[in-house]
Amino acid sequence: MQHPAFEEVTYHHHADDATFKKKVRKTTILLSVITIIELAIGLMIYNIHKGESPNELLILMFKGMVCILTLAKAYYIVSIFMHLGDEIRNMIMTIVVPLLLFIWFIAAFIWDGNSYKNLRNKYDPYFKERTMPAKHNKADDKTHEVKPAEKNGKE
Amino acid sequence: MATQATAHQTKWWSGGKSPFNLEYGKLMMWYFLMSDAFTFGAFLISYGSIRFSQNFWPDPNVVFNAFPGAGHANLPLAFVSVMTFILIISSVTMVLAVHAGHKGDKQGVIKWLFWTIVGGAAFLGCQAWEWHHLITGEHAVLVDGKIEMWGQNMSHNPWGPIAEGITHNGHHVRTPGPVAFGGYFFGITGFHGFHVFSGVIINIIMLIMTQKNVFQNRGHYLMIEKAGLYWHFVDLVWVFVFLCFYLI
Repeated sequence: MQHPAFEEVTYHHHADDATFKKKVRKTTILLSVITIIELAIGLMIYNIHKGESPNELLILMFKGMVCILTLAKAYYIVSIFMHLGDEIRNMIMTIVVPLLLFIWFIAAFIWDGNSYKNLRNKYDPYFKERTMPAKHNKADDKTHEVKPAEKNGKE
Repeated sequence: MATQATAHQTKWWSGGKSPFNLEYGKLMMWYFLMSDAFTFGAFLISYGSIRFSQNFWPDPNVVFNAFPGAGHANLPLAFVSVMTFILIISSVTMVLAVHAGHKGDKQGVIKWLFWTIVGGAAFLGCQAWEWHHLITGEHAVLVDGKIEMWGQNMSHNPWGPIAEGITHNGHHVRTPGPVAFGGYFFGITGFHGFHVFSGVIINIIMLIMTQKNVFQNRGHYLMIEKAGLYWHFVDLVWVFVFLCFYLI
């Protein structure tokens, strides 16, 4: 099916129907299963959050797992559905290598956001007081503060 | 196997052929998608940066817990998983449309493109419902000692920390949350929704062109492949939006 419109293309990929169908079915199932696992982890995070004293480390671990699963999903979509895996190596590299910038991009900006938070908490007590979720030792103070408000709200 | 052998023997850069073995338009579609990935990446990273600069960020399971027709039932992640599966399935039907195009099977292309368009439209409908639900919702928020009813929009965030010791009609009362949440959520899902919308329009145009035998007469269905790349990219971006806004 060589055609004058793209004679610059030296060879075409030919997958017979059976192989193609098998590949697509396998990828669809994989993507669905990964999504279901992600949702299960999401619900687990929700349930840990609801508990009395959430285990922050456990939540962080689950979130890390979801990130890795998402990268796996992205790999399958790009490589199988978008056929990038079937292209020649040089072409793949012109797409993948620039995307490596994301490693720096993500690390630098998240680091920056975190540092901004730490600086504000240190030098801006009002920000800290206003935005820090209430801890148990402050609960008593809080209840007194807001009692009149409850009356207002009911009117 | 035979094609693999040619791949190794070909002098790719000697001229007269594409050194990447790709048709020009398709290669340019790839580079457009790469640049678009950076645009989305910049938005999402900016969101991450602001989120890390806050002491408190709303729990997505609390914000996104509604399902159409389920009233006030607490169903975290349910609706967004429906949206995710709609987009995955529409990606699969697009793969099938591209494959039908490879074989020059006009009826196959029409059939699978049609289902892809249906999937895209369904996704957009879901998103419209979700936005509407968030914006028009009424949540008791403690503001300056008074209870106000807030929806989630660009200037108000009703999902702050729970105000201890107060209830309103038997529900928790929250304090105002970080305002940036609304801007990022509506901005990024809106930008993604705009991509879905333009993808649906492109697919509709492809469907009409297929029906009018444009590709049949041209001898190849390469345009379907390019539209397919764009559509898969939309699905790919959703995978990350889903991660950043709903899962973590």
